[in-house]
Amino acid sequence: MHDLSLTQMAKGLTDRKFSSVELTQTFLERIRKLDPQLNSFITVTETEALETAKQADRRLAEEKHSPLTGIPLAHKDLFCTEGVKTTCGSRILDNFVAPYNATVVEKLAQAGAVSLGKTNLDEFAMGSSNESSFYGAVKNPWNLDAVPGGSSGGSAAAVAARLVPAATGTDTGGSIRQPAAFCGITGIKPTYGRVSRWGMVAYASSLDQGGPMARSAEDCALLLQHMAGFDPRDSTSIQRAVPDYLSLLDEPLQGLTLGLPKEYFGADLNPQMAERLQAAIAELEKLGASVKEVSLPLTRLAIPAYYVIAPAEASSNLSRFDGVRYGHRCADPKDLEDLYKRSRSEGFGEEVKRRILVGTYALSEGFYDAYYRKAQQLRRLITQDFQKAFNEVDLLLAPTTPTPAWDLGSKTSDPVQMYLEDIYTLGVNLAGLPAISVPAGLVGGRPVGMQLIGNHFDEGRLLNVAHQFQQVTDFHLKAPELN
Amino acid sequence: MQWEAVIGLEVHVQLATQSKIFSGSSIAFGAEPNTQANVIDLGMPGVLPVLNEKAVEMAIKFGLAVHAEIPERSVFERKNYFYPDLPKGYQTSQMAEPIVGLGYLDIPLEDGGIKRVRIHHAHLEEDAGKSLHEDFHGMTGVDLNRAGTPLLEIVSEPDMNSAREAVAYLKAIHAIVTYLGISDGNMAEGSLRCDANVSVRPKGQEKLGTRCEIKNVNSFRFVEKAINHEIQRQIELIEDGGRVIQQTRLYDPDLDETRAMRSKEEANDYRYFPCPDLLPVELDEAYIQHLKETLPELPEQKRQRFTEQLGLSAYDAGVLSSSRALAEYFDRVVELSGDAKLAANWVTGELSAQLNREGIEIEQAPVAPEQLAGLLKRLQDDTINGKAAKQVFAALWAGEGHTADEIIEAKGLKQVTDTGAIEAVIDEVLAANPAQVEQYRAAEPEKRGKMVGFFVGQVMKASKGTANPQAVNQLLAKKLEG
Repeated sequence: MHDLSLTQMAKGLTDRKFSSVELTQTFLERIRKLDPQLNSFITVTETEALETAKQADRRLAEEKHSPLTGIPLAHKDLFCTEGVKTTCGSRILDNFVAPYNATVVEKLAQAGAVSLGKTNLDEFAMGSSNESSFYGAVKNPWNLDAVPGGSSGGSAAAVAARLVPAATGTDTGGSIRQPAAFCGITGIKPTYGRVSRWGMVAYASSLDQGGPMARSAEDCALLLQHMAGFDPRDSTSIQRAVPDYLSLLDEPLQGLTLGLPKEYFGADLNPQMAERLQAAIAELEKLGASVKEVSLPLTRLAIPAYYVIAPAEASSNLSRFDGVRYGHRCADPKDLEDLYKRSRSEGFGEEVKRRILVGTYALSEGFYDAYYRKAQQLRRLITQDFQKAFNEVDLLLAPTTPTPAWDLGSKTSDPVQMYLEDIYTLGVNLAGLPAISVPAGLVGGRPVGMQLIGNHFDEGRLLNVAHQFQQVTDFHLKAPELN
Repeated sequence: MQWEAVIGLEVHVQLATQSKIFSGSSIAFGAEPNTQANVIDLGMPGVLPVLNEKAVEMAIKFGLAVHAEIPERSVFERKNYFYPDLPKGYQTSQMAEPIVGLGYLDIPLEDGGIKRVRIHHAHLEEDAGKSLHEDFHGMTGVDLNRAGTPLLEIVSEPDMNSAREAVAYLKAIHAIVTYLGISDGNMAEGSLRCDANVSVRPKGQEKLGTRCEIKNVNSFRFVEKAINHEIQRQIELIEDGGRVIQQTRLYDPDLDETRAMRSKEEANDYRYFPCPDLLPVELDEAYIQHLKETLPELPEQKRQRFTEQLGLSAYDAGVLSSSRALAEYFDRVVELSGDAKLAANWVTGELSAQLNREGIEIEQAPVAPEQLAGLLKRLQDDTINGKAAKQVFAALWAGEGHTADEIIEAKGLKQVTDTGAIEAVIDEVLAANPAQVEQYRAAEPEKRGKMVGFFVGQVMKASKGTANPQAVNQLLAKKLEG
């Protein structure tokens, strides 16, 4: 049952082959059995899940259901859930229970999905390895010595290990795509403004975007259908109709031009991964697509631009965690300053502190022009680069990461080295573009991700191409062996 | 040495919207602590701001009223600092691209002159909450009802040279915002707050002296006192060989002094940057034009109309246009009585005096414009004399009757113009004071003028004030001649 796609599950539910309660129990059982090895969940809401599943079964019986009714999923623990702890992977929110639901959570609940709990992540979504969580590192189900990627590492590992058929993620600099690639699943980062950020705890507001993580493009399409849309509570969400993604999946690829940005296929790229990608490109060509080399000359500069803008916004976004109204407060503060200093020093982990300091510095008087303003200028130029490319091609095709998942602990002592691993994902966030990561094989037993990047609001075409690719390949069907 | 003070004001005006600038919470004053604070105002994780369009509209109306540029685009920025009543750890404000650009205000001075004060810009921002230091032994309470209340901060150029000018400017701002209906202007409740930047320099010197900022002076009277005190402090400091240090000072109305809060060196680096949760505000010409057309008659225009069309003095026109409610009251009395000068005398005289005595605003005056106009009509048609009119006004004020006519009737204040009746009273008075009559008749004709006052007084007293004073004068003159 746990290997079915969302569409197959929905059919099973409507055909009464199994109930939502049975489905939910199956996955809860797998979480109980397998997650101690992976640590992909922070909170499992068994009681609430079974209660919701019962309601879903009633709705299914009354035939008042949506395609997601009764389907289990999990939320990255960055989305606020009313009545259920929302930790952001941080000690500072270890005791925090949000009094409201994120729009994404609300929408999926309204569609009848059954939340099994909250998945682990890098603290406040800051990280590429899921090692910065207060709740401990998540392990990659393909190799328990490897990282699952980050920051949505819990969601990716849980979906890959079939602990849950789908999960929500957020992507600020690659946090959906990179863990999807490392764990061999499919994840789409939508256009900035496509999915509401209300209730999604902010890391870098101008870059953050929520999206689905599942095993196939088809499953992602179904989820995105229910997550996307204008939200009057988010001023940056965009008032624009959501297309019927599922109906676009079967469009033929004849006449499609894929651009291969040469900077993404350079010396940084692991040669075996390059081979997997070439094979994938050949498959797409067989389906009727043509390819063309393009150039995104500022690719490397996305790293410094991102690592100024994201920490700058984070330094301000994380100021509200001050020990005054909620979250961790130090014991017996002497005075106000002591309350701030100790609550925040004790509450935040190393990586979060590092980014707060970097961001504070970048915004300081005398440094603003040299760092923040310059980074914003770069951001505009990087966006223009992408626009130029889209004048020539329909979509871009690239690796999601330069290497497969690395070993746990191998990069924790050198944060800059870890930042460099984000080179293929950051530009997309700076330009606000949609992009999807699709499994494209294994290297050394570790998954390889192929990234497709679209122009603004071209999610339909990304899902279409990814789906067509998955009709002729079986990488996305492969499961890691876990006992 | 002759010193010159240079003053600039930063005025925070609380806008009279229904809800907060970035959330749907009410901004009504005086609610129980934290009952008007939703998840946004509390700075919960994951919440996002949505700009209140009404606040933008009000800011633009102000801009138009002070002849300011309204830029097509303005940007909200975050001003970052930690304080317990600042829930997000930053205040959403505007810095590089404010909603209202350069403008000016012509303010009437007490000597009848006009002073032009330039307005550097005005920007929108959210208010912080309140820290409550009483009632929490050894602890501080935080009330976030006020957090997120929309404020318009109006920053003047340092164009004022005395405390009186500063007060006149502040009054003019107060008048404009209340005329526009964009603020209730209630200073006691903090709807209008003022920081003053004060420096002094030798008269004639171009270069500005070092300034001090006086925080939160919250009444017209305190603004004047605080600035005067600060000017004096700086002059004395310099004359004693000292030097003014740039700092923020707090005015203490109880001791009538300012004291240092923090110096420039201790000032925060606020790390302003554009708020990524809010899009830039983009305005089109048609929208601004539409708002322009909805502007009411403003103090400046009213003042002009009062002097040019109604023939009032500059002073009266200035007083009467100082608040929209007062001007509207006056306009209504003029409309009903048809006599602008008489209306002006009564509104600036008896009515204003009574308001001051009771410490209430024109809106709370128990005498409605209709009632006052009714009273003035009886003055105009000689039904009552001036003295009786004051009695009628007092009675109206005290609620002893609904109309002037009712009171005149009830109190028998109708003026006696019947010469026979007056003559009879005069005869009585003359018969009762033979010695004075004798003196009068013996006096030189040029001294008699003064002596006649005694008889007039006696006659008015005997008639309980109802005799027509003109008739009394004429008849007395005749009778005393014998």
